[in-house]
Amino acid sequence: MTLLIEQALNGLQYGMMLFVMAAGLTLIFGVMGLINLAHGSLYMVGAFACAAVAAATGSYWLGLVASLIAAAFVGALVERLVIRRLYTRDHLDQVLATFALILIFSEGTRWLFGSFPLYLSLPPALAGAVSLPGGVTYPVFRLVIIAVGALIALGLWLLIGRTRLGIRIRAGEADREMISALGVDIGALYTAVFALGAALAGMAGALVGTLQSVQVGMGEPVLILAFVTVVIGGIGSIKGAFIGALLVGITDTLGKALLPVLLQPVLGAGAGPVGAALASVLIYLLMAVVLIWRPQGLYGARA
Amino acid sequence: MRREAILDIAIFALLVLFALVAFATGQNFAVTIATKIAILALAGVGLNLALGYGGLVSFGHAAFFGIGGYVTAILASHAANYEPLAFGLPGTTQMLVIWPVAMIVAGIAGLVIGALSLGTSGVYFIMVTLAFAQMLYYLAVSWPAYGGEDGLSFYVRNSFPGVNTLAPVPFFAICASLLALALLVSACLTRSRFGLALQATRQNPMRTTATGIRPFPVRLVAFVISAMICGLAGSLYADLNRFVSPASMSWHMSGEIMVFVILGGVGRLAGPIAGAAVFIALEQLLGPVSDYWLGLVGVLLLLIVLFAPGGITGLILREKRHG
Amino acid sequence: MAEPILELTDLRKSFGALKATDGVSLTLLPGEIHALIGPNGAGKSTLIKQIVGEIRPDSGTVRFMGQGIDALDVAARARLGLARSFQVSQVIPDFTVLQNVMLAVMGAQGRVFRFLRPALRDPGLTEPAAQHLEAAGLAGREGVKAAALSHGERRKLEIAMALALQPRAFLLDEPMAGMGLEGAQQLTTLLSDLRAKAPILLVEHDMDAVFALADRISVLVYGRLIATGTVAEIRANPEVQRSYLGEEA
Repeated sequence: MTLLIEQALNGLQYGMMLFVMAAGLTLIFGVMGLINLAHGSLYMVGAFACAAVAAATGSYWLGLVASLIAAAFVGALVERLVIRRLYTRDHLDQVLATFALILIFSEGTRWLFGSFPLYLSLPPALAGAVSLPGGVTYPVFRLVIIAVGALIALGLWLLIGRTRLGIRIRAGEADREMISALGVDIGALYTAVFALGAALAGMAGALVGTLQSVQVGMGEPVLILAFVTVVIGGIGSIKGAFIGALLVGITDTLGKALLPVLLQPVLGAGAGPVGAALASVLIYLLMAVVLIWRPQGLYGARA
Repeated sequence: MRREAILDIAIFALLVLFALVAFATGQNFAVTIATKIAILALAGVGLNLALGYGGLVSFGHAAFFGIGGYVTAILASHAANYEPLAFGLPGTTQMLVIWPVAMIVAGIAGLVIGALSLGTSGVYFIMVTLAFAQMLYYLAVSWPAYGGEDGLSFYVRNSFPGVNTLAPVPFFAICASLLALALLVSACLTRSRFGLALQATRQNPMRTTATGIRPFPVRLVAFVISAMICGLAGSLYADLNRFVSPASMSWHMSGEIMVFVILGGVGRLAGPIAGAAVFIALEQLLGPVSDYWLGLVGVLLLLIVLFAPGGITGLILREKRHG
Repeated sequence: MAEPILELTDLRKSFGALKATDGVSLTLLPGEIHALIGPNGAGKSTLIKQIVGEIRPDSGTVRFMGQGIDALDVAARARLGLARSFQVSQVIPDFTVLQNVMLAVMGAQGRVFRFLRPALRDPGLTEPAAQHLEAAGLAGREGVKAAALSHGERRKLEIAMALALQPRAFLLDEPMAGMGLEGAQQLTTLLSDLRAKAPILLVEHDMDAVFALADRISVLVYGRLIATGTVAEIRANPEVQRSYLGEEA
């Protein structure tokens, strides 16, 4: 039972980070119609910025701030230099160009930092564990990640629903020409949205990098899971990204923890490997089911 | 003959010439490079059918490439250990048996993935194909019976009646012949009724439907054929290396196959040969110079996408991309 | 009275609060040109889309050649001989004129999955396609890419593609739109020839063409048919004058 609660919390934490990634992807797609494979690279940029600054200054907090700033800055730069030439192109060109960006970012980072993973150590305030009701002890940092994810979800909801920027974003989604006719600098708006998505990815990278390790290629598995999340939730929908991310995070974590155990009575000794293999495909099966049931995703408007 | 047809034949002839010159000057390694180009080009020809002619931007074709490889390695390793497969069927080292099995299994995977994915379009399709390929990748990683993360080796290249497949030139000949056959099949397909319908669904699905042709089955058939050709390429690739690993179905591989097609020129028959040749040439030339050669490939790819959308054959023919 | 080729019974379609089609019943009789007119936003295109199967009505039925076709999709309706031209010309831009019509011939035959023989060497496709091109006044333009055609020629190509479906009814959505005076006159002649092959449901803004061609006219306003009748009846109808023709006078 404590295992179950712990794994459920792990799933929630994982889902929150997926949401932070997927929110950026879905926002960028919803507003600019762009599929950005390099989103995982921005995640990596954030993680490395955090690791480098934390190592140089000795402050994890400065590292976190650096991850936001670095990812937002790199995101804005890439948007100005490359991405904005792709808005009018077809998806194939977008895929290729952003795939090229991944190669450039990965090799560039390898050149700067080498191939060995970096590890971050937590400040005392975040290290350690707390006892939760029910007799579960759980790492503080993972709880912080859950809280950060929830705060970002709330923040995005307020931003999209309640602010001028949000109105512009929604208008941009509806009609590009109308919004430029309103006198809004659409170029600046796009850069801002892209930088926002990048900053979110960068922070997710720093947080997850702290939990695991910081290394080249770390953004790619999470990017693909973010895609699965977006497909499940529906492209362009923040709410869909949130629900989708939690579904994917919890399904994946619980599947990996429980399937080998659950299959034990049926398969005996073979349950471990079979369970692990099955767990690794569980979220994709979830995606397949959603596709059959609702091809446009849970909250997607268009097909 | 049309200029494009002449170019197709010239590109293929260049590849064969390169292999022959390499053999004549005793550079067996270069023959192997030519073989690798032929195999990867074959995968590109497969993808080109879906992507170039059908407009189906699949980011998951490595799945079929990897399936072809795994089928080959599994059959070969069972044969080597005299261990029967499921239902008491024996493994085999005969390419003539392995190829059809690899193509059929890849085709079935293509049928399932295609049927699930083709209900979506645009960005969804890209993400969904990518995700399904990744599913197979993780399955290969986490399935310990066939090597898991470490991959699966077999020690002797599979055999073909009357040919010494272990020597570089005969194996190149096999791969180049299959490539030629695939090009021929592609050329026939794209000019046939089916090819006409496929290209019409890419350019204007609404018009195509209004003329009484449903896009879905046409696309699905193209997707399956394309998966089968990639499966064949994967089988040859496994034989080339006598090894298969989950990396052969990773999304990097999907991206690379796509890059061959794009570098060469989308929807051009021999485009994938030119694309694969350039990619491998870059690997061979830049690899020794810099450990970070893939980054340079990225820069080149970015420049091509931004400034030369017709790819290499497009530059030669001075045309923009098809469609 | 002859059995209608196409019969709409009480079609209804709403988008949210907007009733785009509000109880429309209409027939297309053999040999006639039935014009459907109405101000912009009256729901003409929505109605056409329901007939061809692109959108499903909320209620009501469509019968074609005496059989209910509500369950059929767009492609199946097209193969039954419901030929459509689009408001904005829809052709396959990279195909030649001949290939475009071959595609339609292929669709009508329902034989798509032939993989080896080059389509251009298949007389079962090329010969009918060439005939339809001639009938549509495009003889001699076979090898031109559709993207390179003039606006008027593209209209003719659409008509050739419609002919290739062996149509039992034509649905033409504003064929005169964007045509010059001369082009419109040519097209008017072409349409009156088409009538010999199958009846036409003609959505059109060009009143000269409508009055010259139509046997009957239906007037659609805010999703409702306010009148159906001969040209003379419609011209004399006070409600039509007020709500539609009046605008132009």
